[in-house]
Amino acid sequence: MLSDMTFGQYYPSKSFVHDNDPRTKILLLIVYIVMVFVAKNFLALFLALVFLAVTVLASGVPVTSVLKSIKAIIFLIVFTAILNVCFYKPKEGDTHYFWVIYKEGLIAAAFLSLRLVALVMGSSVLTLTTTPVSLTDGIESLLKPLTYIKFPVHDLALIMSIALRSIPTLANETERIINAQKARGADFDSGNLIKKAKALIPVLIPLLISAFRRGDELGDAMDARCYTGSKTRTKYKKLTFTWRDLVSFLVTAVFLTGIILLNVYSVEVTAFFMSLWS
Amino acid sequence: MRIVAENLTFTYNKKSKFSVDALKDVTLTVEEGSFFGIIGHTGSGKSTFIQHLNGLIPVEKGKLTVGDINLADKPKTVKKRYKELRSKVGMVFQYPEYQLFAETVFEDVAFGYKNFYPESSEEELKNAVFSALSLLGLGGDTVNKSPMDLSGGQKRRVAIAGVLVTRPEILVLDEPVAGLDPVGKNELLKLLHNLHDSGKVKTVIIVSHDMDEVCENCTDVAVFAEGRVVFKGKPKDVFANGEEMKNLRLGVPVTGYLSEELEKNGVKINTDFTRDDFVNKVVDFYKNNR
Repeated sequence: MLSDMTFGQYYPSKSFVHDNDPRTKILLLIVYIVMVFVAKNFLALFLALVFLAVTVLASGVPVTSVLKSIKAIIFLIVFTAILNVCFYKPKEGDTHYFWVIYKEGLIAAAFLSLRLVALVMGSSVLTLTTTPVSLTDGIESLLKPLTYIKFPVHDLALIMSIALRSIPTLANETERIINAQKARGADFDSGNLIKKAKALIPVLIPLLISAFRRGDELGDAMDARCYTGSKTRTKYKKLTFTWRDLVSFLVTAVFLTGIILLNVYSVEVTAFFMSLWS
Repeated sequence: MRIVAENLTFTYNKKSKFSVDALKDVTLTVEEGSFFGIIGHTGSGKSTFIQHLNGLIPVEKGKLTVGDINLADKPKTVKKRYKELRSKVGMVFQYPEYQLFAETVFEDVAFGYKNFYPESSEEELKNAVFSALSLLGLGGDTVNKSPMDLSGGQKRRVAIAGVLVTRPEILVLDEPVAGLDPVGKNELLKLLHNLHDSGKVKTVIIVSHDMDEVCENCTDVAVFAEGRVVFKGKPKDVFANGEEMKNLRLGVPVTGYLSEELEKNGVKINTDFTRDDFVNKVVDFYKNNR
């Protein structure tokens, strides 16, 4: 039950993508997001998806794990798609089917859904191939410049890594408490929404208490080791860029250029493919 | 109620790269009236096994019956009997005090009773709660306290009372004395024996990795290792496999080590490994050889 919830959890493996510097992966994810938003037509978006497919292949993560991430936002996708179809503002020359449904409206909704799917899958590749620890290391390193305006980058990174680290622990704990209350006859599956929400009280209260207790203990443990988060702290694992990162940047640059070109020359490219076809 | 498991097999995260075989062909019978000990390391499958007993983990492969309830039946048929099963098989998890949630001890103990017998009267509920609390030696003044204001040992007893309130025939406890001080430990074990001896609970199953605790308290023992039952029987027969128990990194009771040392020095003592018996045998030997 809870294993469905923790989608996008790190998939331990060794691969080209896993070995990339986390900073590279974060930056390239941003570039990828730009790609997806810049893409104006299906052809360009398709190229972004090809880029994603190449990354997934190079990461060795099973495609199903990546696809699973869509499950979490399926409601959002359907909802936006319906809204897009219903509130489509028809232009001159659009094909009208019935009621408010236009051919162009359907196409726009499909495009938007595809865009959302592409975004979520892309982000899941980052979390699937990067451990939470190196992810926060990467973010901390990228946000470093902000320390000049007195922004507590290190603290933020620490909070993030503790929060990420707590997810599996709390998920386990939740499962344990649910089992304990089930053994005492608690019923989480039947009844209406209010009844179901009420049934969760015996789970949430112990969970909250134990989360606070854990937080307290962690704080004490850090104090006991004289943790201050000072500037002179050194790192055990230093982040370094390698040839892999260079390759990744180059490949991404090629794809980004491709997408921009496709945006501009979509008519010509389509015509070119059409001519190949016939 | 008798528990019979035959070739019970269970795998976590089936079909995934991370799949773990938690139980492999477990065949085990727990007779009614026994004080049963389950020994094993973390990850040996003991927790998975006990969670099968009240349907928290559905049977995947193999057979399992608890009393007249066949847990390996079609999922739909079994599900209908979960409530009955869970009221008959009380389950106390590790550190049960962390599952307390209500504002008062009374409310928390009543939780299980209300779930299983929603039609019961106020009077019946009160009776059930007070008798469960008194079974665990908790007086009337604790009833209206917040569970958070109690000591660790008291919290644990409240949590156990919350399971006993439905009068289960089988009580399963996962490491019931873990984290208690020696006095609290002995008290709790004594309480469990009282429950068992007086017939309030017919069968008690405890999970433990303290060999002394198991040896002193249990009538029957099963040793789990890597999802299999490697030894089962009376404690004295199981702990007679000293070498194997040590290879499993579980070891034997203190009395077992002592008899070994004595044997090395030429004194052979035939003990059943309980403290009293061991002392008596040593005294006998001493008297006979003076």
